[in-house]
Amino acid sequence: MTTVTAGAFTASAGWRMRLADNERWLWRLMLAPAILYIALLVGFPFFLALFYSVSDVTVGSRGMSFVGFENFRRVVATSTFWTAVWNTLIFTIVSQFFVLLFANMLAMALSTDFRGKWLVRLLILLPWVAPISLGSIGWLWIYDSIYSVINWTGQAFRILGPNEWPIWLGQPNLAMASIIIVQIWRIVPLATVILLAGLTSIPQDIYDAAAVDGAGFWRRTFQITFPLLMPITLVAVLFGIIFTFTDMIVVFVLTRGGPYDQTQVLATWAFFTGIQGGDLAGGAAVSLFLFPVLVAVAVVFLLLARRAEVT
Amino acid sequence: MARRRVLRRIAMAGGHAGVLVFFVTFLAFPFYWMLMTTFRTTIDLHDVNKNPFLFNEPPTLEHLKVLFEDTQYLQWLINTGAVGIAVVLITLLLAVPAGYALARMTGPWAQTLGIAIFLTYLVPPTILFIPFARIIAVLGLQDSLWSLVLVYPSFTVPFCTWLLMGFFKAIPRDLEEAAMIDGLSRFGAFIKVVMPISIAGMLTAVIFAFTLVTQEFVYGVTFITSASSYTVSVGVPTFLVRGDVYFWGSMMGACLIASVPIAIIYNFFVARFVAGFTMGAIK
Repeated sequence: MTTVTAGAFTASAGWRMRLADNERWLWRLMLAPAILYIALLVGFPFFLALFYSVSDVTVGSRGMSFVGFENFRRVVATSTFWTAVWNTLIFTIVSQFFVLLFANMLAMALSTDFRGKWLVRLLILLPWVAPISLGSIGWLWIYDSIYSVINWTGQAFRILGPNEWPIWLGQPNLAMASIIIVQIWRIVPLATVILLAGLTSIPQDIYDAAAVDGAGFWRRTFQITFPLLMPITLVAVLFGIIFTFTDMIVVFVLTRGGPYDQTQVLATWAFFTGIQGGDLAGGAAVSLFLFPVLVAVAVVFLLLARRAEVT
Repeated sequence: MARRRVLRRIAMAGGHAGVLVFFVTFLAFPFYWMLMTTFRTTIDLHDVNKNPFLFNEPPTLEHLKVLFEDTQYLQWLINTGAVGIAVVLITLLLAVPAGYALARMTGPWAQTLGIAIFLTYLVPPTILFIPFARIIAVLGLQDSLWSLVLVYPSFTVPFCTWLLMGFFKAIPRDLEEAAMIDGLSRFGAFIKVVMPISIAGMLTAVIFAFTLVTQEFVYGVTFITSASSYTVSVGVPTFLVRGDVYFWGSMMGACLIASVPIAIIYNFFVARFVAGFTMGAIK
């Protein structure tokens, strides 16, 4: 019917009108620029990364040739690589465990109404909104080896002994713990906001019915809230994993992987190998070890979407 | 019985307040600390025996003066803004039509394509920055802000397409169909009917694209080597931390100034953002 009216319009604009109404072509035209851009700027570099990892490319030279799995063999032979793998796993698993715990507590605390809620929300969102590299610098100062406010407070409250002055970023285990704390600090706000959206979408009458049946706080939490919140919790966790497993900012700013590469993660190690060391091939090989986890996360996302389609 | 209920009420309220106080302290403390540090004198900062929570000497503006006069901080802010605006424009141009098409397309391809585009957002810079370093060098864009303008849409476009798809889906189809009966084409209805009522959604996408740009670190630190072309998130940690002497007051001021304004704007959009962000994934 619309095409009939379109045809009755001026003849010169006719083909344009027809195109603007032909949905099949219209959708293709509207999608093409975005898809082309993504293919060129995500797809192409990605395949280039695969290609680099099996070549001998460096920053200096123009030529490159195929060397098979030589880079992977070379990378895997270094002890720093295994430290980085181990650290990446610890960093991700420990931080995301606490993120899940904290975000649930915080989301539940925020789901009720109270005075000053907007201010609380603004304050808890700050770490997520502020550029992470700048937030991490704030922590660098908090963890300072001489002027650390944590140590000062610990001494003032006699939690730390008179000669105890932990060097937060200087001792391997403490440095790892410090980095994990900053990562938790950074991801909790996002996870909270996502969970909060999930909480508010649970219909109140389910709770009312449960209250009539005499269910208490814990019963309601474990038998209504958590099961209904499951899919959205999964979304929050998946984002947390991606932003933690593949990220280098917090480690880069706080320790640069030190002391003695003891806090190196895969992402920072790829950076130091590939960009600062000039070994593009080696760096690409290291960074590709991030890929299996991405695939796993993508699969879970697809399964989630599939299930949403069925119901 | 009644007393027990009152006690339980008090315990619940206390627990609620306790949880909030703990998390606000944990999450906002670094920013409070930036604020304190910015205005305390260097001597005061470097005295371990004095209470760091107090101004033991009168507050000073010296650190901010150093920041703006002796470093290129202002230039970094301008760079970030310029790159941000350019990236936002490119993103809107690509993501608005794509988001609309995905929202209105029917058939088996529609959802798969939407998810595929979204998944590209999850491919992290840490996998792509090495080949990009080479590509940027071949294009002769190293050390130029144009390299960032070119590369940043690779994550803002998938993200905003997904976000906008959610917003467009929430607009009832009847609106366009009524306009089409009145003689507008499908495309015309999109421009004249859907776009104007989606201003709020598009504004949300703009804010988030801009925030993603200010946050980005890996590409910035890889492509840009001269201090005058840094963005804020790269300039402060790489330039100001490089020396042996840390100008903590100026650095904390730099972090604070770049963080807080965005946070306040963001706060107004967060509810809508979460709605659009999670809708596709769990609907």
